[in-house]
Parts: sequence; C-alpha cells; structure tokens
Amino acid sequence: MSATSAPRAIGLEAIGMRKVFGSLVALDDVSLKVPAGSFHALLGENGAGKSTLVKCIMGFYQPDAGQVLVDGRERAIRNPKEAAEAGIGMVYQHFTLVPSLTGAENLVISRPQGKMIIRWAEENAALAAFLDRMPFRAPLDRPVALLSAGEKQKLEILKQLYLDQRFIILDEPTSVLTPGEADEVLGLLRDMTRRGEVTVLMITHKFREVTAFADDLTVLRKGAFAGNGVVKNTSVESMSSMMIGDTPIRERADRVAHQNKPVVLDIAGVFADADDGRPAIEAINLKIRAGEIVGIAGVSGNGQSALVEVLSGQRPMRLGQLAIHGEDYLPNRASMARLKVFGLPEEPLKNATVPRMSVAENMAFRSFDRPPIASLKWWLSPAPMRKQAEELIAKYRVKTPSPDAPIAALSGGNVQRSVLARELSGDVDVLIVANPCFGLDFASVAEIRAQIMDQRNRGAAVLLVSEDLDEILSLSDRVAVMSGGQITYVEEIGKTDRATIGAHMAGGGH
Amino acid sequence: MNQPVTVPAGMTASNRAGGERLARFRRGAEAVAIPLLALLISAGLFSIFLLILGKSPVQFYSLIWLGGFGTPFSWSNTLLRAAPLMFAALAVAIPARLGLTMIGGEGALVLGGFAAAAVAVPMIGTTNPLVMHALMLMVAMAAGAFWIGLAGGLRYYRGVNETISTLLLSYIAIAIMNFFVEGALRDPADPNKPSTKTMLPETMIGKIPGIDVHWGLAAAVLTCLLLYVLMQRTTYGFACRIAGGNPRAALAQGLPVGKLIVSAAMIAGICAGLAGYFEVAAVHGKANASLAAGYGFTGILVAFLARHNPLAIIPVAILFGGIAAAGGIIQRRMGLPDASVLLLQGLTVLVLLASETLYGRFRLFNPTIRTERT
Repeated sequence: MSATSAPRAIGLEAIGMRKVFGSLVALDDVSLKVPAGSFHALLGENGAGKSTLVKCIMGFYQPDAGQVLVDGRERAIRNPKEAAEAGIGMVYQHFTLVPSLTGAENLVISRPQGKMIIRWAEENAALAAFLDRMPFRAPLDRPVALLSAGEKQKLEILKQLYLDQRFIILDEPTSVLTPGEADEVLGLLRDMTRRGEVTVLMITHKFREVTAFADDLTVLRKGAFAGNGVVKNTSVESMSSMMIGDTPIRERADRVAHQNKPVVLDIAGVFADADDGRPAIEAINLKIRAGEIVGIAGVSGNGQSALVEVLSGQRPMRLGQLAIHGEDYLPNRASMARLKVFGLPEEPLKNATVPRMSVAENMAFRSFDRPPIASLKWWLSPAPMRKQAEELIAKYRVKTPSPDAPIAALSGGNVQRSVLARELSGDVDVLIVANPCFGLDFASVAEIRAQIMDQRNRGAAVLLVSEDLDEILSLSDRVAVMSGGQITYVEEIGKTDRATIGAHMAGGGH
Repeated sequence: MNQPVTVPAGMTASNRAGGERLARFRRGAEAVAIPLLALLISAGLFSIFLLILGKSPVQFYSLIWLGGFGTPFSWSNTLLRAAPLMFAALAVAIPARLGLTMIGGEGALVLGGFAAAAVAVPMIGTTNPLVMHALMLMVAMAAGAFWIGLAGGLRYYRGVNETISTLLLSYIAIAIMNFFVEGALRDPADPNKPSTKTMLPETMIGKIPGIDVHWGLAAAVLTCLLLYVLMQRTTYGFACRIAGGNPRAALAQGLPVGKLIVSAAMIAGICAGLAGYFEVAAVHGKANASLAAGYGFTGILVAFLARHNPLAIIPVAILFGGIAAAGGIIQRRMGLPDASVLLLQGLTVLVLLASETLYGRFRLFNPTIRTERT
C-alpha cells in the first residue's frame, strides 16, 4: 500500500473550550492539541468533562466559548454531520451497530449519501478491497448480534475508516474487550498512527493503556484542564495525581490467609438455556469455600452472565443442583435471606435498581419486608427506611442530594456505592459479583475492590465474574475460565499466569 | 469511613429538610400541573372542532358545568357515573404499577355484573337478600379476578402482550354475557331488550342517606383509599413497585415476579367485577347489554389522567362522571350528538399521552435539572 494514495491523518486542536449547563460549568477553558498522526490519551475521572469536551468537538453540543482547529484552520462544527465532513469520527463506548444486520450491511448503510439501489456485488468487491488495505479485519458476513465484543469494536473502528474519518475518537474503547483483544485493537491503531494514516484521541482511565499505546496525554479534572505531557516522560503516579487531585483513595485491603475452610457454595451439574432456547451453560461444576474468591474469566458471551443469572434467580435452571452450606438453595427471597446470598450485578442502574424510585427505597430492597421497616409482615414504615438510608449514605459516602432523590439522578459510581451499601452492609455468606467496576472511575474501583476483599476476609464465598483479567488476577484465590458455556479450566492463582488463562479464554490451551 | 461533618449539623439538617419538602412539593405540583395542562389543551382543541361546526364553545362548557355540577340533580347524576369509573380506573392503575398496560376493565365489569345477575336468578324472591348479595358479590369479584388474572398469567408465563389480551378478552366477556342473556338466562317475562330476571326493587342496594346515589360510590371511594394504602404503605405494594420498575432487579432480590403480576391483575379484575356488581345490584337489577356502557374504557382515561394514583382517581372520576352526565343536556340544548362527548374524551387521551414527554422538562418543578456529563 502506498502512503500517498491513502487518506492522511489530520490534526486537531481545541482552544479555550467552555460549556455551561444551567448552573453547572461542565468545561472551563479547556485546551487540547492533538497533532496529525499522534495517539493522544484524554484522562479523567467520571464527571471530569471528557465526554463533554468530545461532544463539543463532535458537534453534539455547541460550546459557549472556544474554537476547534482542524489541520490548523478554524472550523465551526455545528452538528455531527459536519464533524464527519471534517473527517472526525467517534467510536462510542456502547455499540452503535445494528445488531440484526451483517457487518457489510452496517458499513454500507453508515455512508452519509445513501443510494436508492445497492448493488451488492459491487459493494462486496469494494469492501473486500477496503479490507485488504486495513491492518485488521472483522467478519462482514454474519449478523452483528453474533459477533463477540472484540469483533464489534473492530467493526466500529473499521466503519470509521471506511467512512474516511482520519481523526478517530475512542470513548473508553476497551471496557468491553478482553485484555488480548484490547491490546490487539489498540496496537493496530497505534501502528496506523505511526504510519500517518489516522490520528487517535482515546478517552480512558486505564493507565496501562496510556503507557502502552499513547504518545501524549491530557488530563481533565472537574471540568478543568489538570495537566498534559508526553507519555514517556510522565509517571503513572503523576498521571494519577493529576487525575484525582487530592481525593483520598482507599488502600487495597490485604488478603488474609485462610486454610481448609469448608465449602460454602456448591454448584453441581448446572445447565440453563439462553432466551432463544439454545443451551447457555452446560454441566457447570464449581465449589467455592468460605473466605475464597473464585474469579471466572472468559470472553464476554461464553455463558458467564447466564451463570450469574441462574445463581441470582433471573434465569431458570434446566438441570443441576445448587447448595449452600450443604443445604439445597433455590434463588428465592426466603432462601437468599436465610443463607445470606447477596449480589453485585454489572451495570447496577440497569440490573440492581429501580431508577425512578428514591435512593432510600432502592437501599431498602433487601430489608423492606423485615423489621424494623416492616411490621406485622405487611405494614411498611418509611421512617426506619429513611433512617437506614441516611446511615448507609454516610457509611458508604454516597453522594446524593437527598435520600429521597431518584437513584437515576446519581452518577455511576454513586449508584454502585448505593447498591454496595445495600448488599454488603449485613452478614454475607455468598457474594455473586459480575463486572463490578465496569465504567467506574479510579477511586470507586479501588474502593469497590477493597469492599469485595473485605467480604472474602470475613469469610464470604465470592464468585467474581469479570471481563477485566487484571481485576480477576488481583482479587481471586482461584481462577476458572468459561468458554462455550462450560468451565474449561480451574487453577489456583499462584499456579497460573495471564498467558495460560488467555489461551483457555480463546478456547484452546491444552 | 465516616467523614466528620464540618458544618453545624443542626443548620444543615433543617435546611436540607426544608429543601426536601420544597422539592417534594414541586414534584407533586408537576404531577398536577401537567395533566391539568393536557386537559386545557384538549378542551381548546375541542373548541376548534365546535367552532368549525358553528357551535359556541362557551355554551358547551357552561352546559357541561350545568349538566355535571350545577344542580343537586346533576351532582347525583355525576356521582352515579363516577362510582363505576373509579372501579374501572383502579383496574387500570394497579397493573400499571407493575408496568402492565391492562385495558380489559370493560370486559371484567360486564362479566362480573353478569355473574352476579346470573347467580341471583334462582334466589330472587326466595332467599334472604343478605345471603344473595354476599353470593353475588363473591362471584362478581371471582369472575373479574379470573378474567384479568388470566391475562396476567398469559403475560408472565407465556409472554402474551397484556394490552392485546385484555382488550380481546373484553370482547369475549361481552359475547359470553350476550350469549346467555339472549339464550338460556333470558327472562321471558321481560318484553323489552333481552335481560336476566330482574331483582326485586326492595332487595337492591339502597341509596346513601342524604344524597341520591347508591352505596357503590362509598365502596368505590373506600376501595381507592384501601388500594392507595396497599400500594404505598405495605410490603406487597413496595414489591410491586420494584417488579414494575425493573423486573430483572426484582428477580435478583428473590421477589416472586410472576405471583406479583398475577395477583395485581387479579386485584384489577376484582375492582372491575365490583363495578359490575354495583351496576347490577344497585342500578339495573339485571344483566343486559347496557352493562357494556363504556365505563371500562373511560376508566382507562381516568387512570392515565390520575397518573395511576388511586387517590387522584377519585376527583378525576368525578370530573369524567360530570362530563358524561352532561351528555344528555348537550344533546338537547345544542343539537350535538351524544358521541361528541366521546370525541372530547378521545382528544384528551391523545393529548395526555403526548404530555407524558413533558415530565422532568420544566425547571420550575425540577430545580436540579442538568445535562449529564461523564
């Protein structure tokens, strides 16, 4: 491929950007310079203004002040269409592909000038030629719904390249990828920047990705510019202090050594079906001891979420047996309360709360039918419910305008903290955790991991499903890998490593 | 983990409590103001329709006032209609708390009324009226509970859309009544339209002392109050709100979502069945086609306008009872067909559904509105 025929990377500069929402200054005089062909990381906590800045650049918002320069020339971007015309494309954290269409169909319909008649023979030939020029590929002949998260992410990036967008903004691109996939996708993009084919601006809060792939970085904090620099001259410590300022971060809880504790959770021969009737998990056997965290690694969509759903009562079990402390366990309210089973599901706002109910009500989901909130089994008293919420809000430092505010008004970290407060404030014997830190900021992640470790140290049996291998490696006592709906590998954490786990995740590794 | 509070605690606590009261008041005001606005807009649209016909909107609305609320006679007409509307609206509002749009109140009302009339037939003039009424009440509630409960079960266990199934079940219920009323249970002594045997007037439900309205109105108001308490202040109501707001979260809390759905649907059916019972036992004395008078459908509108709040259903049902009561006088004085009131109701439904998007948009009611940023 000759460099001259390929479209060239473009540079972008944002100067003095300011955006005010009502009384809230979301962006205050923020500047950012991304030279053509560089890989730039935009760091910041949740709510630091990263997305607002990017949305101003993309034309979703009109900044109240400031200007955007594309290749050194001022350019007014009034809407996303004009951003696309300027060659700026964005890959969102949540996929924007149409699940029922194939990759090829998704690429073709994404073109701004739709044609009345699509000649598929021509289009397919053009797509094949396009893919030949690309350093990576994604399957184009299957419906997107059947693709893995990594394949979808690659397809999203391919879509931007197909549309000739040469300035690509990635919004936390790796939150849905396995570490291997993340490294692959980011590595390929970095190679493309090196060759001057694209410029990348990546929103992230993972330092590992910044140090491994980015050239420069800009840090935002509370809507303001907090620092920038060249990645290789900037230490992780200084990045983190720019990012979180003087916010205290909870120390990681130490792992207390346990020996020969009894088995608490016994999952024996469990089968369950997916919504479409096909088997989702088959013959799952797993024993978890008291004071043990078993981490389940796997590429998303290999049955981990079905397993969590079976254990938490959201999906019926077709065959098999669950036991806790040797007693049969059916995931209903009475057993959960008696056997002290709790859970931290992924995306808590969607899976663990009722968004329009208040914080106090959401915090009472476990306790509303027990004294002191309930009396005579039926009567519900709001006063003790509110008192419980006030205590939990103080203890878990939930930032909320009031216990009566709808929980949907809280930030992601505070929603997760509210759920944590509800699920972990009592005695916990079994804890089912799924991707607890998905999309959360640095300080919240540290705190939530410390809370999980606390529960383990107190003797809870913890099942941790995570798509973040680092999380599994840092928390687990044992690792299990799920692939194709089955557990294909179980090992003590000290006797395995990232490469072995990765090989089993990919379905091989014998 | 507790952080020391640096501001004097008493100060902040009292300020916060005041702020919360204000915020709650503002949210409450929003829930009143937006439906009122919708009512005004639909009245305005209907005025345009009247002007096109060359009729005076002023005369129309003053006749509604006169026919619905202007005299003691019109008040009793209004309240007579408000009672079944309250029950019918509850039949929509309770499932709505579980996220279900069930619109089968008409059918459950007809079936409940028919069941009550049918069970009464062999007892007319022979059995103690108290025993007869107890039996009628029970079969009316059971028939309604079975009918809507069936739609709830289909919804949870078979995934059948509850809106469609309740609507279709309504037509089946009306057909069942017609089948028996025109056949096996038709009273040969009744020369007019096909009906079941009429109850003796002295054994029918009497009037509330002082007003010219039967005891069904008191029962309806009491049911509204009871169901408000059930939904707001009991563990059952709380569980329903969790299951209605997020079924996945409810399952993860071990709540029996299927049982909650079926039981709420049955409560809805009981309310509709009660409406049917009072229509038979206090108004008609028999079951015939007049049972399907549209209360079940107007009840849907009442429930939506009341935002599915059982307390708010009481005044809204009275308002709609008044509009319906004024239908006759409008027909006589303005030469407008009876159906023009239905047109007004239909317009109100549309404007009301459109106004749902207004919630949370006004800073007056939501001082903390801000655009999310990440």
